[in-house]
Amino acid sequence: MSPVLAARPPSWSGFGFDGNWDVVWHYTVVHLRITSLALLLGAAVAFPLGLAGHRWRRSYPAILGVTSVLYTIPSLSLLVLLGLGFGLGLLNDTPLIVALAIYTLAILVRNLVEGLRAVPDSVKDAATGVGYTPLRSLLAIELPLAVPAIIAGLRVAAVSTISLVSIGGVLGRGGLGFLFFEGYRRNRTSEIIAGIAASILLAVVVDIALILTRRVLTPWTPARAAR
Amino acid sequence: MDALSGTIEWLTTADNWWGPAGIVQRIWEHLQYSLLAVGLAVLIALPAGLVIGHTGRAEPGAFALSGAARAVPTLGLLVLLGRWYPVQAWPVVIVLAVLAIPPILANTTAGIGGVDPAVRDAAQGMGMTPLQVLTRVEVPLAAPLILAGIRSALLQVIATATIAAFAGLGGLGRFIIDGFAVSDDARVYGGSIVVAVLALLGEGLFALAQRSVRPAGLRRRRPPLLPVAVPIPPTAGGIST
Repeated sequence: MSPVLAARPPSWSGFGFDGNWDVVWHYTVVHLRITSLALLLGAAVAFPLGLAGHRWRRSYPAILGVTSVLYTIPSLSLLVLLGLGFGLGLLNDTPLIVALAIYTLAILVRNLVEGLRAVPDSVKDAATGVGYTPLRSLLAIELPLAVPAIIAGLRVAAVSTISLVSIGGVLGRGGLGFLFFEGYRRNRTSEIIAGIAASILLAVVVDIALILTRRVLTPWTPARAAR
Repeated sequence: MDALSGTIEWLTTADNWWGPAGIVQRIWEHLQYSLLAVGLAVLIALPAGLVIGHTGRAEPGAFALSGAARAVPTLGLLVLLGRWYPVQAWPVVIVLAVLAIPPILANTTAGIGGVDPAVRDAAQGMGMTPLQVLTRVEVPLAAPLILAGIRSALLQVIATATIAAFAGLGGLGRFIIDGFAVSDDARVYGGSIVVAVLALLGEGLFALAQRSVRPAGLRRRRPPLLPVAVPIPPTAGGIST
């Protein structure tokens, strides 16, 4: 049976690590699921926003300003207020996912726009010259060339999101964050340490996965420059 | 909407503002932790960033460190230290300082290292010593970026200091955590609003300060990005903050 489908999450027993790996695994999977949903939602909003900011230059400062102000709101506040404002309730993951997605916007939008802006004019002119329509030039030339910048943004967003998911632990959610706060309440240091280690490990694995994705998507760039 | 009217009532009740556990006292505690932590981080990261940026040595290392620090689950560390050293402020301040170091280090390094080499050469040609080049040329030119780093550090710290309440300390997190524990929604929401307003106010004040330190010679040019945007250390590709 997959741990995700378990009706009742496995719970930590005793004060050591032994026999608790299934608990760590369970919450790591939950953590990854929350992170992925937040990134997907964030990217789904950031993509049109970024394209708009690129296409209509004057809208860009406004878009950047709004996303930056949203980025400024402390996570616990945003989480709680989303629960209040949208009646999402505090006892499911929706407010957490929405809050995390909002934070990714500031990073994702900027990297998309800067990436598109960095495409040399000569390249765009060449595309126009061989008969590409603006839309085709965007899809076939500019976006692929912006992939390194887009992935760079995704990496930052993913790693910060993974670290931030734990905030949901305050409300008894938040993937591995649940282990932090349960470990604290039950005086189980091992549970907290396991949560921290799993969180760091998850961030590293996701970061490496994104670097590899970038290499696959942009075979023309030297591997060394992948940062 | 019940929750909203309850929250407004909570925020507008004078008794909730004053007294030993009132909002004003909590704001003061919150600011104390935050400013101590950022002060500590500045003491460490600023000199380090100045040296690294000026000499150009270990620059990739400084950026890599700042990037890697993002993966550290600050909340977990806070909770762990709170467990080991309950009701003591210094572990919280140290964790918050650790959180504040990367943006200050990265921005100081990027700001100093990004000064036009021609400007540096000119200063040297005028007979300035390396220390004079640093203090009279590089620091003023990098000041907006350095302040931006301190600003984003302060902001993250103010947001995260909320968790100090979990380690049995004060600060505005008390309202959220205690309110949640006793299902007092108005207190949870009210506390959240106060934290958010505090962060936004801090951001606004800093943005103004940042504008005023921009060297006169650069003031007429419009900054490339909005002042609210977090600046971008020049890594490969130039955009991977």
